[in-house]
Amino acid sequence: MEQIKTFEIKNKLGMHARVAAKLVKVATRFKSRIYFEKDGQEVNGKSLLGILTLACPKGSRLIVRAEGMDAPEAMAALGQLIESKFDEE
Amino acid sequence: MDTLKKTFVLKGTAVSPGMVIGKAYLFDRLDAQISYYKLDDPLLIIKEIKRLRTALLESEKQLLEVKKKLSHLKVTEPLYIIDVQIMILKDRRLQSRTIRYIRKMGVNAEWAVRMTVDKYREIFDKIEDEYLKGRFSDIRNVGQMILRNLGGERRQVISDIGEGVIIISSDLSPADTAQMKIEKVRGFATDIGGKTSHTAIVARSLEIPAVVGLESITRRVRTSDTLIIDGSAGLVIVNPDPEMIRRYEDKKRHFEEAKAISLKDAALPAVTRDDYHVSIGGNIEFIEEIPSAITHGADGIGLYRTEFIYINREHLPTEEDHFANYKRVVETEKLAWSTIRTFDLGGDKFLSDPKLAKEMNPQMGLRAIRFCLKEVELFKIQLRAMIRASAFGRIRILFPMISGIEEIREAKRILFEVRNDLLAQGVAFNDHIEIGVMIEVPSAVVIADKLAREVDFFSIGTNDLIQYALAIDRVNERVTYLYEPLHPAVLRLIRHVVKTGHRAGIRVAMCGEMAGEPAYTMILLGLELDELSMNPLAIPRVKEIIRGSTMKESRALLKKVMTFSSAVEIREYVEQTMRERFPEEFQINEQ
Repeated sequence: MEQIKTFEIKNKLGMHARVAAKLVKVATRFKSRIYFEKDGQEVNGKSLLGILTLACPKGSRLIVRAEGMDAPEAMAALGQLIESKFDEE
Repeated sequence: MDTLKKTFVLKGTAVSPGMVIGKAYLFDRLDAQISYYKLDDPLLIIKEIKRLRTALLESEKQLLEVKKKLSHLKVTEPLYIIDVQIMILKDRRLQSRTIRYIRKMGVNAEWAVRMTVDKYREIFDKIEDEYLKGRFSDIRNVGQMILRNLGGERRQVISDIGEGVIIISSDLSPADTAQMKIEKVRGFATDIGGKTSHTAIVARSLEIPAVVGLESITRRVRTSDTLIIDGSAGLVIVNPDPEMIRRYEDKKRHFEEAKAISLKDAALPAVTRDDYHVSIGGNIEFIEEIPSAITHGADGIGLYRTEFIYINREHLPTEEDHFANYKRVVETEKLAWSTIRTFDLGGDKFLSDPKLAKEMNPQMGLRAIRFCLKEVELFKIQLRAMIRASAFGRIRILFPMISGIEEIREAKRILFEVRNDLLAQGVAFNDHIEIGVMIEVPSAVVIADKLAREVDFFSIGTNDLIQYALAIDRVNERVTYLYEPLHPAVLRLIRHVVKTGHRAGIRVAMCGEMAGEPAYTMILLGLELDELSMNPLAIPRVKEIIRGSTMKESRALLKKVMTFSSAVEIREYVEQTMRERFPEEFQINEQ
């Protein structure tokens, strides 16, 4: 099963280390393979360094792709986290 | 020795007097001393990968330990940093990349880690967002940690160099000095910093020469270069020729002799010719400094900075750790009293890792008493140990960074609570412990009359008071020229504190750097401070000036300079007066 969705990063500092860490924490809860893509560059969603190297400041568009049995659940959890501005603000 | 090396001289700020001739050791947090070697044998490669994995596991274990250690604090920010570092450490790409370097290129694990970190440096350098770009520091820290676990690089290297080294660094934090074999260090030379930066304070307390603010020394000096550090003049001579070395050996001897001579009179009391008595305290950070304080003529300890009980160790200190230190100070017979300051944590002095308390403006952040009143349990551990130590001698408890009345009242309330607990438990202590506040925040000066009713003494912390009053970041070398103890505003603040304290019938001490500067001694006499506490090395000269002056002329000098409106005029007048009154003391000090 594959799910793809695009999100906008809305929090002020963009996807900084703490936020990225939260994403990784959520992503690693699921069996599915998770990828983040920005401007044609794709990284492993379970790698903190990968996410950081994507460099997503506020306003960037992030494509989330989940591949696997629990893809819908993973997508829902990640989406909720991003939409809530990572509970940061 | 390489005779082709060019001699050159770098000029900086002299922060700790004395001369040393020795070998440079470049303390670059990550890059220094990483050796490179090729592994030809596939078996060695497998072993090397195993070594890396062990170091990764070890690093993770250490981070988890730190996290556990901190988890009972209510501060959440540091825990996130640790989580982030653990994630970086466990990052698959980081690990596979490093292993690939070892496997494909046949390099040792240290080199591979360095290559990986460099790779990420390259990636992060391209990021435009400044904040995200700055996150590279987390990767660098993780890299350092792995390197350390790959063989205890730094500790070993510094302790291996037999005869001692001169540390060259861009700047040093307490965490850096904590991991050095400090007894092997013979001098410091750094790119940045000023008179009150950590490097300077450490050097003075160890009585080794240091020059800071050299701007480019880390780029121009390599490990093992021969250096002369002239901590009195603020010079670093790189690759000196034999003639120059001889001259400096001469100079060094003179310096040591001068020190020895002044020590002879060090024990004489600090009494002016018209019989005004000043108590002289020594400022210390380690109990190992007590003997030096005594031989240099301290009547007591005027400021015991307790932060190093927290730094330099793996776990948070227990009550017994505190107690053992305080008891040692308090029970020393030749010390009439010991003023112990409660922890001034926060800022860059928080635990072993300055990263943990990263704040935008740590000097004005959650530190000292503010931190203590938030982390009451931690605070109580220290207070308990202090009260218990009172059974062994005269102890004064000093609270730092008080900015308003509520803080001192709350601190006293907690102290009282601890006292009652001890009483209930039947623990011995002296119930007449003197309590004081540091006067270092300008608001405390303004409400000094109110604070005086709460305490037994004031201690003016001039380093911070000057920094806050004149709005100068004391580690920013571009504004240190504005740091001026003789600024008329500073003198007025001090005068106000002394007058207010005396009107309320309490003692007023000064424990900042200003107290140990002989050129200011007469001014401080004129201000009628009851106690001057300083770096022990500074005591003999200050005492000599006190013994050579009268209160009458000191008051006259103060009265005169208070009519001036600028620091420049005051400085000129004070320096000229001191030169005329004490020609032998001040002729060398010409700049």
